[in-house]
Amino acid sequence: MFIPHTDVERQEMLKIIGKKDLSELFNVIPEEFRFPDLDIPHALSEMEAQQQFSNLAGANNACDEMTCFLGAGAYNHYVPAAVDFLLHRGDFFTAYTPYQPEISQGTLQAIFEFQSLIANLTGMEIANASHYDGATAAAEACISAYHHFRGKRPKLVLSPNLNPQYLETIHTYFGMLDESKLVVPEDQMAFSDPNKLADLIDSETALVLVQYPDFLGNIYDLTAITTKAHEQGALVAVSVNPIALGLLKPPADFGVDFVVGEGQPLGIPMSFGGPYLGFFATRKELVRKISGRIVGETVDGTGKRGYVLTLTAREQHIRRDKATSNICTNQGLMTLAATIYMSLLGKSGMREVAELCYHKAHYAAQQIAELKGYKLVTQQPFFNEFVIECPKNVSVINQHMLEHGLIGGFDLEKVNPKLKNQMLIAVTEMNSREEIDLLLDLLEEALHD
Amino acid sequence: MNTPSNLKYAKTDEWVKLDGSIATIGVSDYAQDQLSDIVFIEFNRETDDKVSKGDALATIESVKAAGDVNSPVSGKVLEVNEGLSDIPETINDDPYEKGWLYKIEVSDPSEMDELMDAAAYEKYCEGRH
Amino acid sequence: MTEPTVYELSSPGRVGIEYAHLDVPPSELPDAFMREELPLPELSELDVVRHFTHLSQLNYSIDGGFYPLGSCTMKYNPRINEVTARMPGFLKVHPLQPIETVQGSLVVMYLLQETLKEITGFSAITLQPAAGAHGELVGSLIMRAYHRSRGDMKRTKVLVPDSAHGTNPATSSMAGFTPVNVPSDARGNVDIEKLRELCDDTLAGLMLTNPNTLGLFDEHVLEVIDIVHQAGGLVYGDGANLNALLGVTRPGDLGFDIMHINLHKTFSTPHGGGGPGSGPVAVAAHLADFLPDPVVGILEEATDELPPLYGFVHPPQSIGRIKSFHGHFGIIVRALTYIMMQGPEGLRAVAEHAVLNANYLMELLKQDYTLPYDRDCMHEFVLEGVWPDAEGVHALDVAKRLMDYGMHPPTNYFPLIVNEALMIEPTETESKQTLDVFVDAMKKIAKEAHEQPELLHEAPHNTPIGRLDEVKAAKDLVLCCWRPEE
Repeated sequence: MFIPHTDVERQEMLKIIGKKDLSELFNVIPEEFRFPDLDIPHALSEMEAQQQFSNLAGANNACDEMTCFLGAGAYNHYVPAAVDFLLHRGDFFTAYTPYQPEISQGTLQAIFEFQSLIANLTGMEIANASHYDGATAAAEACISAYHHFRGKRPKLVLSPNLNPQYLETIHTYFGMLDESKLVVPEDQMAFSDPNKLADLIDSETALVLVQYPDFLGNIYDLTAITTKAHEQGALVAVSVNPIALGLLKPPADFGVDFVVGEGQPLGIPMSFGGPYLGFFATRKELVRKISGRIVGETVDGTGKRGYVLTLTAREQHIRRDKATSNICTNQGLMTLAATIYMSLLGKSGMREVAELCYHKAHYAAQQIAELKGYKLVTQQPFFNEFVIECPKNVSVINQHMLEHGLIGGFDLEKVNPKLKNQMLIAVTEMNSREEIDLLLDLLEEALHD
Repeated sequence: MNTPSNLKYAKTDEWVKLDGSIATIGVSDYAQDQLSDIVFIEFNRETDDKVSKGDALATIESVKAAGDVNSPVSGKVLEVNEGLSDIPETINDDPYEKGWLYKIEVSDPSEMDELMDAAAYEKYCEGRH
Repeated sequence: MTEPTVYELSSPGRVGIEYAHLDVPPSELPDAFMREELPLPELSELDVVRHFTHLSQLNYSIDGGFYPLGSCTMKYNPRINEVTARMPGFLKVHPLQPIETVQGSLVVMYLLQETLKEITGFSAITLQPAAGAHGELVGSLIMRAYHRSRGDMKRTKVLVPDSAHGTNPATSSMAGFTPVNVPSDARGNVDIEKLRELCDDTLAGLMLTNPNTLGLFDEHVLEVIDIVHQAGGLVYGDGANLNALLGVTRPGDLGFDIMHINLHKTFSTPHGGGGPGSGPVAVAAHLADFLPDPVVGILEEATDELPPLYGFVHPPQSIGRIKSFHGHFGIIVRALTYIMMQGPEGLRAVAEHAVLNANYLMELLKQDYTLPYDRDCMHEFVLEGVWPDAEGVHALDVAKRLMDYGMHPPTNYFPLIVNEALMIEPTETESKQTLDVFVDAMKKIAKEAHEQPELLHEAPHNTPIGRLDEVKAAKDLVLCCWRPEE
């Protein structure tokens, strides 16, 4: 099957290396621990495996047969057919990191285009070739800023309206740096204006990290907070939803230093949480301060344009213990998916998707606000996520909706007990008016249930 | 390998030239050759900064490597050759003249005695490969 | 031919995809927040399909030919993996859906956890890490949390053999440890005497790749582990080379405390042009409580009528969350598909044939290339790409010349302890015929190195592009093909 050796070939090879049988190759392994009996199921044929996985996939209630209004960091967007067909090309998915540029120009140019598209979408000057996901990209922004000041500015100010999983990830990453100090204002989870962070920024602050739109969907102008941070000599990082940038002002307009985010909405299936894509953009003068692979344009001996991995002296395989991050392999195929997606949608498509999300979400929000017993909590401009207050426990309402084929919004009480009965609803281009109306009906029904 | 005899050398491949109490510091021909094409230099210290022997003064980056420049002496920074930031390859072309990095006012001249002379440094480099 | 970029192909007004018309009344847009420019390309669907098809044709891949890139385990990526991972029931599932609606996915994760534990001999595991390096970070954090939980704050030193991947020292530093080099002995093992000298009460642990990057299984592995344990340290196994050990031995049985596993190497998930990987971390029982949050477990045992309820459990002394959600689920499906098609006998055959192939190549090539550590290798081996009587020829030249023969070069300049290293890992999925063609090319190149060295210096000749100017790339820093103001 996947091992091509015939008995005859095996014998010929063993003879050449002077072994009687295969087990003789392992004499170096301590005998008492050699050739254990593995207690795992016996091999399945391809046909059986496909059937078995088909059964397991069928045991899920997936969003192809359910209606989904859940977001909170992963979004149900349409993935155009061309994206996955191109990803299926073996020349892409069975290649590795482009260490040999002469035979990896496809991957290298695609990454270069990814960097260009992300830079242009965020308004920043440069982008790297990816991080694992939005959470780790945010954590790496914090680490870059911390090392940029060589630890002399130990404080990082984190918005309480960041995705809670990002906050948890950053806390784990910074658990390693004893001298550092993470400052997250408590008690403000609900609808905090990022400008309220201003008082926390001082000459000890390396970075201020905010989210745009924030975890609760709000859009704030970040100019004032950025100015305040820069006055104190600190850097500013923003975690963004890339689809929102089809419509909204790019964060570069606020003068920020790092833009990071979750690239999943850019043509990557939800796939129960991964693999996704972290993107990371910055200003050119900070390029040596960031981790992750970077592709640059150059020429060969005849002057022909080509691409190589560049600035590798920042990286672990050269710096070893002096590297500030150990990232190497990252999300190659996911950057390709995002590159194809952004190329295909282009200027008009990215705007169109963003507008569809915006209008549908606003329609849903307005309609819910009219429902008896429900309240629209979001007062700030928002993109495609908003918060409602329900007349009863969100989990009870969601259970009712689930029984009718609808996956409700995120129960905010799970991340902050003060947000009892509050639901974070995400609407995308995938949600038709009928689906939104079903949501309204079910919310109303749940009231009487 | 070019190893001028009027200079002193550190094990970490910096050279020092002492004029009175002023030390000029750079990296050796051997070091620039090992690094190969230098593409970037970052200075960690500014004029008037106090430095101690062993402090990291700068990071030099080539396409295949990165190296720290450690101060071979203690003292106060008088001058930084900041022009190198735009033309870092100068360190490859002319490590001992135009490629100098820092001028430092030495606080403890006896530290010079701990450095190698040209002959000793050459021998030390030969032993590394 | 140079392929234009997506910006060069762009034509104003061209559209790649159209969406259904808005079916709700539009709302007012937030004027203060609207962007003015959206500088993205404008292409048709065919433009996009052709462009990326052309790009793919500039790549070398496993599908295209032999890819003996040492330490990367470039084995065949079975197509069934791509089918199972893309089943809509898996693909269209939101990670925060109620657990009752995602039992299929949770079973997949649970099964992979159990299977990997059995294969490696460990007691507990997390599937969360996104890549091998991410797994190393998790392992190092667990090491740190373990010592701290015992109030043992002085353990800050992590030993890393000189043959290690660069990620090992980088990870140790990142996790707040001080990495200290341990030399190898003349047979490529950890130098036992040096190890003893370095083991004291500041030792947090040893990061050991075994088989190591020379492809050699440490002949004193039990002693090495014992020395570290006696000093109160933990032994971290870098599982990059697990392919050689499947069904052959279990690192957990040997006494390793922690190990990361690269699903994209050992368990056939595609390398994707540099990711996504997946780096589960397995630990011995005394470290289970420190695993990242969350892991998949059984919340309610099965009854006569109902199957068990799977869900997420939170290790009591967890190091915390290390990324969003639950790991690279799509990669997890692929790896489990592969394992289920191998069974216990199949896994052992994988290791046996990977090791057979490597020893076969080593035997045939050591006549023409210097083999610095001449003993039975495991899944890979390292040659020198340099000859005393072929002046000016380097490993890089051998690597580039191999492209002219239609093959991907071995890893070169790694491990650092071999002069001009060529690190060759054939994997079990390559046939004797393919290996023979490779041997033939390598022998020809060795001959050319002596007789026509310019052929090597100027190589590659037959690739889409020649050797590229890396100095220019690093100095000019053109990292983006188009920006609005240019």
